[in-house]
Amino acid sequence: MIILLFLSSGLFLGWSLGANDAANIFGTAVGSRMVKFKTAAIIGSIFVILGAVVQGAGASETLGKLGSMQSLAAAFTVALAASLTVLWMTRLKLPVSTSQAIVGSIIGWNYYTNNPTDIGVLTQIVSTWISGPILGGIFAVGLFMLLQLATKKVKLHLLYKDALLRLSLLVIGAFGAYSLGANNIANVMGVFTHAVHFNSIDFGWFVISSKQQLFFIGGIAIGIGIITYSKHVMETVGKTLMPLTPEAALIVVLSQALVLFIFSSKSLSNAFVSIGLPSIPLVPVSSSQIVIGAIIGIGLYKGGREIKFNILGSISLGWIATPIAAGILCFFMLFFVNNVFKQDVVGMEVHQVLITDNQTPKTNSSLVYDTIVLQMQTNSGQVTAEHFQAEKLPQIIESKRDIHLWYVALLFISFISIIVLVIIFSNKQKRWQSQISYLKKQHLNELNDLQNSIEESTIKDKNPDKELNIYQKEFGDREMLQFHIDEQNRRFLQLLSLDFPTMTENEKRLAALLRLKLSSKEIASILNIPTKSLEMSLNNLCEKLKVPDNIGLSDFLVKKYKL
Amino acid sequence: MSLLFKNAKQLVVEIDEFINTVEEGVLVFKQGVLNYLDNEKELFADKITNIDRLEAAADRLQRKIDDEFYRHSLLPQNINDIESMLDRMDELIDIAKDNLYQFEIELPFFPDSIREDYIRLTNNSVEAALCVIPAVRTFFNEPVQVRNMLSKVYFYEKETDKISRSIKRKLFHDMPELDLAHKIHLRYFALHIESISDKAEKLADVLSLMALKLNI
Repeated sequence: MIILLFLSSGLFLGWSLGANDAANIFGTAVGSRMVKFKTAAIIGSIFVILGAVVQGAGASETLGKLGSMQSLAAAFTVALAASLTVLWMTRLKLPVSTSQAIVGSIIGWNYYTNNPTDIGVLTQIVSTWISGPILGGIFAVGLFMLLQLATKKVKLHLLYKDALLRLSLLVIGAFGAYSLGANNIANVMGVFTHAVHFNSIDFGWFVISSKQQLFFIGGIAIGIGIITYSKHVMETVGKTLMPLTPEAALIVVLSQALVLFIFSSKSLSNAFVSIGLPSIPLVPVSSSQIVIGAIIGIGLYKGGREIKFNILGSISLGWIATPIAAGILCFFMLFFVNNVFKQDVVGMEVHQVLITDNQTPKTNSSLVYDTIVLQMQTNSGQVTAEHFQAEKLPQIIESKRDIHLWYVALLFISFISIIVLVIIFSNKQKRWQSQISYLKKQHLNELNDLQNSIEESTIKDKNPDKELNIYQKEFGDREMLQFHIDEQNRRFLQLLSLDFPTMTENEKRLAALLRLKLSSKEIASILNIPTKSLEMSLNNLCEKLKVPDNIGLSDFLVKKYKL
Repeated sequence: MSLLFKNAKQLVVEIDEFINTVEEGVLVFKQGVLNYLDNEKELFADKITNIDRLEAAADRLQRKIDDEFYRHSLLPQNINDIESMLDRMDELIDIAKDNLYQFEIELPFFPDSIREDYIRLTNNSVEAALCVIPAVRTFFNEPVQVRNMLSKVYFYEKETDKISRSIKRKLFHDMPELDLAHKIHLRYFALHIESISDKAEKLADVLSLMALKLNI
């Protein structure tokens, strides 16, 4: 029970890792409704646990080289500092990664206990933070090219392609979850591996070691994080932050899974060594940053117009700010745990050595100072434990502690200034972005108005019903006019019919209009015919009515039919 | 896994069936108009029955396809575009049926001098629709090729416009023996027949954009 209490900080870190990082694997698939959340959560949880148990040892050994905590309280504090840093920086909307937070915390612990930090291991870890996103980008470009080639060669129905894509998203998602578990379990449980010891479970044909049991618990925490809290994150990532097409998402997830797998596979590293290549550093890397690297890689391949390069600045800032924040927080928390709760944060081995050397029982807090001083002096070769002088101890401790506090204060101030600068810069950027989006919106509105007006005019031209209505209206007016003309000329038309029975209705109508002394243009417009057609009709009428040459047609009609 | 492909297979069959129905509907419209112009009343009545049946089948299939798409959330990225494309295809058979019914109800009289023009108009307008239908099939299998197939649709649509204009000009300028109501009535039928190619052009526009989106 006490072990579980101490493990709680690591479990919380695992939970938050599951809640956030599962979105990098299934975010687009769930956000775009290609895969149901329930399916994604179940597959994600199972494969994260499998990855953690089967392949989680490699990366955690590297973290152990950076700082190996023998005490449960120290491991608890280190994991808590990392998780609080992640929580705090996420709330401040700053880029954060659990890998960087845990490394910062371990360095903070090293600093507090005066354990030497292995610069070689640290360099190896930091270099993978940089090479991870770059490798992700390279993989993404290669895979994207392959996918394009395959799409050109294989001609599938869109629906079969969709089914295949769904299946691939599930399979590659499972591989991504496995790699995430294998690589990132070190962040969650890596610090506890030397402090917690379970009895191995022997199943006959395989044995589950203490580490694997610890990783299984951590995997369950990640799984719970996926099931309980990742839905919202997945939907946000899928729809807004990372609106990728499912094909691009597949490439991104596969690249991320490959990078995580490479940085956690012992067998692959051994295979490299066996063929004379340098070994692969097995280090926990940030899955989010690999994803960003992969997206940027695809963006660059496509021409690089839509890439937001400022995100690279944010990542670099995360590499510096997260470990510093976690380190400082861890230092203060260790101080607090050590002096207030009187917990051993150094480790049992050192503790026992000190007791035998001095033969006097000491409190945990003073043992820390003893350890710091003893180790420093022993390392520098100035004094040995036997020459240790009890009366000089308080002065030395005081001066060393002051120096440490000064360092920490300076680091803290510089960290706060970086945060302030970032916040100011991001506010400015937000203002610029809102101005740009306002201008874009205005421009789009103008374009929409223009499009609507064009569409309206097109509809007017093309819609037969509307056109018919217009004509019907026109036709109605003409009918009315014709009715009036017929009414006024009823007697005239009757006489005309008697005199010339072969006359058509149109000819009679024309004669009636001519009798009204209307011009050719006016008549043509009333009858809706061109003037040339009217002229031809008039000639025909002249012939039919036998109009003499010396008199006009209208005058002839007026004179003949004086009513 | 087999369930995923089973859904897809079923929907592929249904979409093919829907496209076939629309294609058949457009061909029935063409034959119907030609039968009417040739005064083959019995054959025309057959075509009316046929197009009625085909339009109902197209509606039923479209509803089924919509249902399948949403139930299994297939092609979630393109579902809206595909729905709009299927709607426009359905409009094609709807308008073909409506137009054929207009012939049956209004019984327009086509003078001999203009009948040939109406036959040409019908052939061209229907040809535009018949050219867009293979493009719809290609969209599902090879979207890259769609844009190349649409140039014929635009060509036939323009030809239809030209013929329609020439018919209207002929009606109002060169046929004084017809009264205005008759002219307008015939003009109205030119518009009806022309509307098939207009719908085909709209469908081609939608397809062209969808293919472009898929190829980006």
